[in-house]
Amino acid sequence: MARAATVGVPRGGLPAWLKPVVFLACLVPLARLFALGFADELGTNPVEFVTRSTGTWALVMLCATLAVTPLRRLSGWTALVRLRRMLGLFAFFYALLHFTVFLWLEHWFDLGAMLLDVIERPFVTAGFLAFVLLVPLAATSTQAMMRRLGSRWQALHRLVYLVAPLAILHFWWHKAGKNDFLEPAIYGTVVGLLLLARLVKRRR
Amino acid sequence: MLIRSAAPGEPAASEITPRSAYDGRRNVLKAAAALGAGALSGPVAAQLAPPSSSAAQRLAAVPSPLSTSEPPTPYKDVTTYNNFYEFGTDKDDPARYAKSLRTRPWTVVVEGEVAKPRMFGIDELLKLAPLEERIYRLRCVEGWSMVIPWIGYSLSALIRQVEPTGNAKYIEFFTLADPKQMPGLSSQVLGWPYVEGLRLDEAMHPLTLLTVGLYGEVLPNQNGAPVRIVVPWKYGFKSGKSIVKIRFVEKQPLTSWNRAIPHEYGFYSNVNPNVPHPRWSQATERRIGEDGFLQRKRPTLMFNGYGDQVASLYAGMDLRKHF
Repeated sequence: MARAATVGVPRGGLPAWLKPVVFLACLVPLARLFALGFADELGTNPVEFVTRSTGTWALVMLCATLAVTPLRRLSGWTALVRLRRMLGLFAFFYALLHFTVFLWLEHWFDLGAMLLDVIERPFVTAGFLAFVLLVPLAATSTQAMMRRLGSRWQALHRLVYLVAPLAILHFWWHKAGKNDFLEPAIYGTVVGLLLLARLVKRRR
Repeated sequence: MLIRSAAPGEPAASEITPRSAYDGRRNVLKAAAALGAGALSGPVAAQLAPPSSSAAQRLAAVPSPLSTSEPPTPYKDVTTYNNFYEFGTDKDDPARYAKSLRTRPWTVVVEGEVAKPRMFGIDELLKLAPLEERIYRLRCVEGWSMVIPWIGYSLSALIRQVEPTGNAKYIEFFTLADPKQMPGLSSQVLGWPYVEGLRLDEAMHPLTLLTVGLYGEVLPNQNGAPVRIVVPWKYGFKSGKSIVKIRFVEKQPLTSWNRAIPHEYGFYSNVNPNVPHPRWSQATERRIGEDGFLQRKRPTLMFNGYGDQVASLYAGMDLRKHF
């Protein structure tokens, strides 16, 4: 089933330079945070800035990961799938940074207080769940794990269809305090379209 | 153009607390940022420079015994990190877009349940009572705080001018809502104009400040020029900006945030570490410009530390219910 999309004329593999370029591009948001920190340009509330930046980029990387399959189908360029693991791992990487800022700078590694926050506040619950569900996906992203898990690997990685809506919900409820839903609506639409694309009957 | 020159021997507000001293503390942040970046950077000093202020911008004021002795937040932070949705919802929007606000001429209509309704021009307001510098803590509902050297006088001085009737139980404040001057009005995040309100006894409390300046100068537009209200024991959004109308009413007014999200923002909105916001705890806060990147948040004080003065206003009230 996973191979269904390989039907059609493959347009060759990835050019050798593409993977390193995408890798470096994915590091730009992190490099930017360091550069801004270095220049004392993280703004008036640096913790807020870093929290939002890492959260936003986790979501962007998640969208990029989800975009691989529809793009591959549209273009017929099957080799695109070889970028997917890297994009997914970057989504996890920025989510991990986002979570670390929350655990460290909000809760000072007080796990009890952090979990209480997770239980008491649906907005935190949604974000935390999205992050926790990403952990097994990152952990099983290696070729060896793919081979070991076989068909169960794909079933497991369908968790991303839960992670993405949870991330949107987290963002939506966060913005509810500002009564300003423009940004979560944009990301929500993108995620919605990317998920919908999977329901469309596959081309033969 | 302005206002009142300092009497002989009276210190200019700017001399009471040299701004350079506050700005120096910004180094805490710089050090924290450098910790993350691995080295210390050079070109930071440029953005710490005090604003160039013309003589026309300066306001003379006497220090108030109601001031806190805590060090004020740097001018740059006070004037570039603002919530003022009429100019956009991002915190740097007001500083960027509020230049389009015309603060003169400016009038404030005072009406409703008062014996002497009238209109005040901004110059009248500036002379209505002696200007004081009041250094207050400001706690935003979002979990950050500042210390701001405001200039103004107790709102009660204005209230006494119009003689509220026995029916006046509450006061409504209306912010200007002019789409030509305020680009944020095109967004529907809140109903316009922005409305805030206080109970009459809250409005009469000496701490409640009719505010026309900060840091020894007239209010910058993004901070609510030319006249705003400051209620230091309540979350920041209770302190309406760029006020054009004050109305005395009998019933508790429907305020903007209370109307938009009633389960999150109550009418009273007293700073209260024991009543969490639905999406975050209110037990702690981050002091802008002082609590650096790697510094723990500080505990939030009941009534923002003004409990001795204002707790009696709420005797017998359940502040979880009337949040």
